[in-house]
Amino acid sequence: MPLVMPAPEPEIMSQRHLIVERLSKILPSANLIVDETARRAYECDAFTMYRALPLVVALPQTIKQVQEIMALAADMNVKVVPRGAGTSLSGGSMPLEDGILLGMAKFDKILEIDYENRCMRVQPGVRNQAISQAVDARGFYYAPDPSSQIACSIGGNVAENAGGVHCLKYGLTTNNILGLEVVLIGGEIVRLGGSHLDSEAYDLLGLMTGAEGLLGIITEVTVRILQKPSIARCLLLGFSSVSEGALFVSSVISRGIIPGGMEMMDRKTIHAVERFQSCGYPLDAESVVIVELDGAQIEVDYLVGVVRRLGQEFGATTTKISTSETERLLLWAGRKNAFPAVNSIAPDYLCMDGAIPRSRLADVLESMNELANRYDLSVANVFHAGDGNLHPLILYDASKPGDIERAENLGFDILRLCVSVGGVLTGEHGVGVEKRDLMGEVFSQSDLDQQMRVKCAFDPGGRLNPGKVFPTLHRCAEFGMMHVSSSGSRFSDIPRF
Amino acid sequence: MEISHDTIDIRDPSEAIDAIKTAASLNQSLAIEGAGTKQQLGRYRHASQTLSLKRYAGVTLYEPEELVMSARAGTTVREIEALLERNNQHLAFEPINYNYLLGVNEDLCTIGGVIAVNASGPRRIKTGAARDHLLGFYAINGLGECVKSGGRVMKNVTGFDLSKLICGSYGTLALITDVTLKVMPKPETEQTLLLRNLSEHSGLVQLRRASASPYDVSAYAMIPAGMMQSSKDHITALRIEGPEISVMSRTKDLLSYLDDSGAEFETLASGSSSSFWKKIKDAQPIAKYSGQIWRLSVAPSAGFEIVQLLKGFDLPLQGYFYDWAGGLIWLAIEPTGDAHESRIRAAVNQKGGHATLIRAGREVRSAIDVFHPQEAPLAALSKRIKEAFDPDHVLERGRMRAGF
Repeated sequence: MPLVMPAPEPEIMSQRHLIVERLSKILPSANLIVDETARRAYECDAFTMYRALPLVVALPQTIKQVQEIMALAADMNVKVVPRGAGTSLSGGSMPLEDGILLGMAKFDKILEIDYENRCMRVQPGVRNQAISQAVDARGFYYAPDPSSQIACSIGGNVAENAGGVHCLKYGLTTNNILGLEVVLIGGEIVRLGGSHLDSEAYDLLGLMTGAEGLLGIITEVTVRILQKPSIARCLLLGFSSVSEGALFVSSVISRGIIPGGMEMMDRKTIHAVERFQSCGYPLDAESVVIVELDGAQIEVDYLVGVVRRLGQEFGATTTKISTSETERLLLWAGRKNAFPAVNSIAPDYLCMDGAIPRSRLADVLESMNELANRYDLSVANVFHAGDGNLHPLILYDASKPGDIERAENLGFDILRLCVSVGGVLTGEHGVGVEKRDLMGEVFSQSDLDQQMRVKCAFDPGGRLNPGKVFPTLHRCAEFGMMHVSSSGSRFSDIPRF
Repeated sequence: MEISHDTIDIRDPSEAIDAIKTAASLNQSLAIEGAGTKQQLGRYRHASQTLSLKRYAGVTLYEPEELVMSARAGTTVREIEALLERNNQHLAFEPINYNYLLGVNEDLCTIGGVIAVNASGPRRIKTGAARDHLLGFYAINGLGECVKSGGRVMKNVTGFDLSKLICGSYGTLALITDVTLKVMPKPETEQTLLLRNLSEHSGLVQLRRASASPYDVSAYAMIPAGMMQSSKDHITALRIEGPEISVMSRTKDLLSYLDDSGAEFETLASGSSSSFWKKIKDAQPIAKYSGQIWRLSVAPSAGFEIVQLLKGFDLPLQGYFYDWAGGLIWLAIEPTGDAHESRIRAAVNQKGGHATLIRAGREVRSAIDVFHPQEAPLAALSKRIKEAFDPDHVLERGRMRAGF
């Protein structure tokens, strides 16, 4: 199923010089990337399978510049694709050949640290990790920790509703932000929320989070910061089958324990990790589960005991328990290295992101292996076990003809499998372009129409990040959302794909 | 109940679809309710008919080990809580019950209503609001179409998060038929640390200090003297929850951390702690006053100053107290035709936040904005969102904003 993007509009392409000229009146030359070689650096994000050369890259630094760019885009009917640090795994910020790529990386200031209200106001280009670092000395941190946290920006985190390994206990981005400042497609500024908890009648803050840049340009984020737990300890447990590991995970939660993190890996990943950089994972296990418990020392010590006993009860063949910070980090090292480790056993891998009801894990893994055999490919699995978010890594070799297509088709089948057991296409990576054409597997046409009408409420011309999330691009007029004059539609040229 | 017209019991979503389509074709507006316990919330509005979901009830899925539960909108919260209780689980957002404030029967309150008003209690500051626990829903929009969003898994970024929009939309976007919620383990035990003999201001300062400590406090309230039955002085209260061994240890640590505050300390053990927070959750300290009730959501550090501003305006306050470490103010005030709206909003606007009128007669709720007014671009956007779900303004016309 090759990806089809909206065909570049010839009239926009032909006016490129004019668009660039008008942009150069808004932005200093250092903030405008026009040259083709330099633009190449922006032709994809971390989803590298598909690329497109952006029309021009604009890197505004002030809200006024963002407003002026949006006004220019409205005036010339140009599409706009917002981009944070470009770490999206689903192509959320993949450029359009006839669109302005609006890079927000220069919005990189921490505006205010408000310890009293336990929040911070930051610009969207601030890196996720930099937020925690800024308040670390006072014992605070920002909870969502996507694996790209060194590089990814908070604006992108909001757009994708980024998760991480600590979501089950501490929530996703949406549960950890209090406010947003957004520039709408028409250039108006709206402020949503603030440093208070419950706000707008319609929760637009919640809606904007995870909207993948289709609704507005985020220019400021107010995040909640939390006091770091006094201590964290880790257990690593090996099991002789995947289902035993899964039952153990359920038993922890049934016991009323919500661990700070609970991760699972299958045999293939365990072996890849041990070969990459040994950290003592049991090679005889079919699955390993890492459980991290955090909080007050006395509570953590007590819960470590409870979890250890549950492990024994559920047949753990190996149990390791950290007694120091060094040991804790060592137990995590294999999990943190899982992706590069898998890369060392196969030239390429495709990382999927389905979420499933955890009770279906063993069945899903079995069916997944059958599917992989059918495609003559293999799959390694890393799993945020606590919250049911599965990351099957499909191993392939891009240099072999047909391998990319087979890997992609296997990926689609795996996601269909996730949906068929009550799961969804994406737990944390976003739909983007990658899973766009599978939306119909989850949603009915009226579900999708409802979402598209919401999109139209923000962006009636469909100029903000088109081609992402929705499999079919409709004109808002079709939903009765826009008055179309008798002289004909402005959007008669919008392609269907 | 303040709407005098037909109420239709919906027994199946298809009946709601028919009713909505019919109303749309006649340019009529429909009110939506579960058991009707929240009819007095929001602007007063006229509707041709009320669709009641109370007969569309029942838990349809509950997997305790997956922390997930689905229920039809008319299922009572009481039934859900009893079911969860049997598995040592609960709705962590502690839905407020309006029985004390509005004189309604709490036994009837439905889960659909809780979601429609985003009802959350003291633990909101730690574990989030109702909106943070809604994993997915089915609803009928104003076009009479069945729409769903989200799902039953904990982590899901597949498509727009319409669950957030629906939660707290007071039925104005769609008629919710089914909800799926994240349920959480109930803490093994709890204790409350009371700080007495502090001024209102320093009580609030201590709450914020506690909120910056690592002792994982789950609720923070400050009740001025005279608001809680027997109390002649201000009460500052902090709740600690978890396994027994941890609760004991953290309470002890918190006590020594706050020792320099000059407070006299008192500890409420599990039973009295939970009945204390039930009173806070349901706004009992001010429910007894006869006046109008406002609910102010502000930055915790602004709570005290806003109350001072209101006192400076010489407003006839009957009573008030703070939850969420000062970030939530419940206010009872002598009734007037405008509920003192302009001065209350002015005080809130100075510091940032929102004021919602919770209790007032229907004339007042027809005349003034019940929800905080929005600036023009946001107000226009809200209207467009309403129309994205309900272009003909069939559902709860006028309940949130006069214009739609």
